[in-house]
Amino acid sequence: MARAVSRNTRIGWTIAAWFVALLIFFPILYAIITSFKTEQEAIAGFDLIPSFTLESYREVQSQFNYFRPFMNSVVIALGSTVLALIVAVPAAWAMAFSPTKRTKDILMWMLSTKMMPAVAVLVPIYLIFLKTGLMDTRIGLVLVLMLMNLPIVVWMLYTYFREIPGEILEAARMDGATLGQEIVHVLTPMAVPGIASTLLLNVILAWNESFWTIQLTTTNAAPLSAFIASFSSPQGLFWAKLSAASVMAIAPILIMGWFSQKQLVRGLTFGAVK
Amino acid sequence: MTRSMRALAGACAVIALAAPAMAETLTIATVNNGDMIRMQKMTQPFTDANPDIQLEWVTLEENILRERVTTDIATKGGQYDVLTIGTYEVPIWAKQEWLTPLSDLPADYDADDLIPAVRGALSVDDTLYAVPFYAESAMVMYRKDLAEAAGVTIPDSPTWTDIKAAAEAMTNKDGEVYGICLRGKPGWGENMAFMTAMANSYGARWFDMDWKPQFDSAEWKEALTDYLAMMTNYGPPGASSNGFNENLSLFQQGKCGIWIDATVAASFVTDPENSTVADKVGFAQFPNKDGVDNHGNWLWAWSLAVPASSDAQDSAKKFVAWATSKAYTEQVAAADGWRAAPPGTRTSLYENADYQAAAPFAAMTLTSIDGANTQKSSVQDIPYTGGQFVAIPEFQGIGTAVGQQFAAALAGQMSGDDALNAAQSNVTREMTRAGYIK
Repeated sequence: MARAVSRNTRIGWTIAAWFVALLIFFPILYAIITSFKTEQEAIAGFDLIPSFTLESYREVQSQFNYFRPFMNSVVIALGSTVLALIVAVPAAWAMAFSPTKRTKDILMWMLSTKMMPAVAVLVPIYLIFLKTGLMDTRIGLVLVLMLMNLPIVVWMLYTYFREIPGEILEAARMDGATLGQEIVHVLTPMAVPGIASTLLLNVILAWNESFWTIQLTTTNAAPLSAFIASFSSPQGLFWAKLSAASVMAIAPILIMGWFSQKQLVRGLTFGAVK
Repeated sequence: MTRSMRALAGACAVIALAAPAMAETLTIATVNNGDMIRMQKMTQPFTDANPDIQLEWVTLEENILRERVTTDIATKGGQYDVLTIGTYEVPIWAKQEWLTPLSDLPADYDADDLIPAVRGALSVDDTLYAVPFYAESAMVMYRKDLAEAAGVTIPDSPTWTDIKAAAEAMTNKDGEVYGICLRGKPGWGENMAFMTAMANSYGARWFDMDWKPQFDSAEWKEALTDYLAMMTNYGPPGASSNGFNENLSLFQQGKCGIWIDATVAASFVTDPENSTVADKVGFAQFPNKDGVDNHGNWLWAWSLAVPASSDAQDSAKKFVAWATSKAYTEQVAAADGWRAAPPGTRTSLYENADYQAAAPFAAMTLTSIDGANTQKSSVQDIPYTGGQFVAIPEFQGIGTAVGQQFAAALAGQMSGDDALNAAQSNVTREMTRAGYIK
């Protein structure tokens, strides 16, 4: 009897989980379906079975060259993530293994910068970019997105590093390891799962960022977020084309997320049950 | 191959490689409207005639474009050489000296051919600061078949009484046909564009001569009361979320009896490829209240301007002159037919028999644009210019704030009186803060 109840409960929860998952995924699914419709079908109403045409994809590609914003997105997302890790690993090490009285305050302060609305610093950053020639360059966006996501990266790595026993690092030090060797050869290999999930999450955040990537680019460094923004129309119904552009923009990150979901889930839930 | 021949070939290769690098690049900021996208595909004649000019396009959503361009101009960034802006920005930015005067366009441009109302809206002290790519006023688009079946007639110049009666007669909610579709989505360029024009046609005004808001006036109360009553009784469900695009979709699907909106919509609703009611649409002038000689004075022109910060001003002027020329219009007509010609900018287009035959809405569009007076949009004295907006920098903020109150009233979250009271106090506060009210 107990087993039957347990199975029913499990089935109930499974159905509920599938329902919630489908509900969350539905807008993306509908965008994918709409991208295969004609513009007439797209505005005609709710219909889950399109006539299937690639016309919108052809139109999108003929209107804009997809490859340039795609490459910009790849370079900006990966570049800002790698740079953030290079800065954050030593910072998180210091906070996790050599804390001071102010470590917690510094961590909170770093996080508090994320609470500031980005638009508040738009004009100063815009002017700095103009004066330094960083406007509409990939390196400029790499720097901005690295700085923007750095607090989250440091926090995540700090949480992972705290799980690693300090005694192992002490043992390495007693064996004569320098600080650099300790971080590169002892700490980093042990924290690879944590660093990997931090990397993945940061790539997603950088890929999806739209405020700075639109404000600080025009043509050369404009990534896929600017590519999507260009298909929104105040006068005219281009829903199929907008959906096709959206699918083309999110497809790479969706595929990456699918293949790395175990790492992502681990990264997002790490420490949640402590 | 001799050594000298090799050297010559090498030099040619270097020159060939260097040529594109020497070309001047024009960065053009634009919006994703059908006419703009068509222009991007038709620039070959311009680039052929000007091989030293390369064109780079930045297409953005309207509000993002406005935000992006404002930041760039205010900081003298010089990221753009050509801007797509509207009749709201041109007078404000020209007074700030952010735009280059376009008084030296080539003789064959024929600026006198521009429709006077449009030219006036893009000029400051009789100097043109932007040239119109396409322009629009607002008018009534209605289903002739539904009107006939309901036994009502909509005259060419209807009053709001005519519109209310027709909307009531055409409404068949069980059959998902709504007598009237109007903008309800909050925003200074959405519901407030319509409401400002409607208020103008009721004799209302935004401000008196001392910049005191007038939402406590009888004219505003009557306009908002009639709007809410029409939309509640004869409008579609969820109208407070409907803007231009949503109403366009409803009308094209045959769900609206009357739609009052921008004249540019006429080409969409009569397009047989996208509209199920293409051959059943009639047109009439924007309504007025009985006894008030005012048809809303809605006027908008998506226009091309050259920012003062551009370092390629001569090339930019060449481009804007080409893109808004008669030759470009003829090029569009040759490629996609006269119906696709950018509307509302040149008198000669409306004198063209081919265009008149291809565009059944041409005459009413011209009547509407010609009749729009943006220098005096209300029958009362006003201290501002602008038709469906007030041409002051603060209008984006206060217009959207008032639009939110009106949308809340349309959604049934507050009464019309409460919305007007809230609008009056909000706008009074903001105008005092901005220094207009002493």
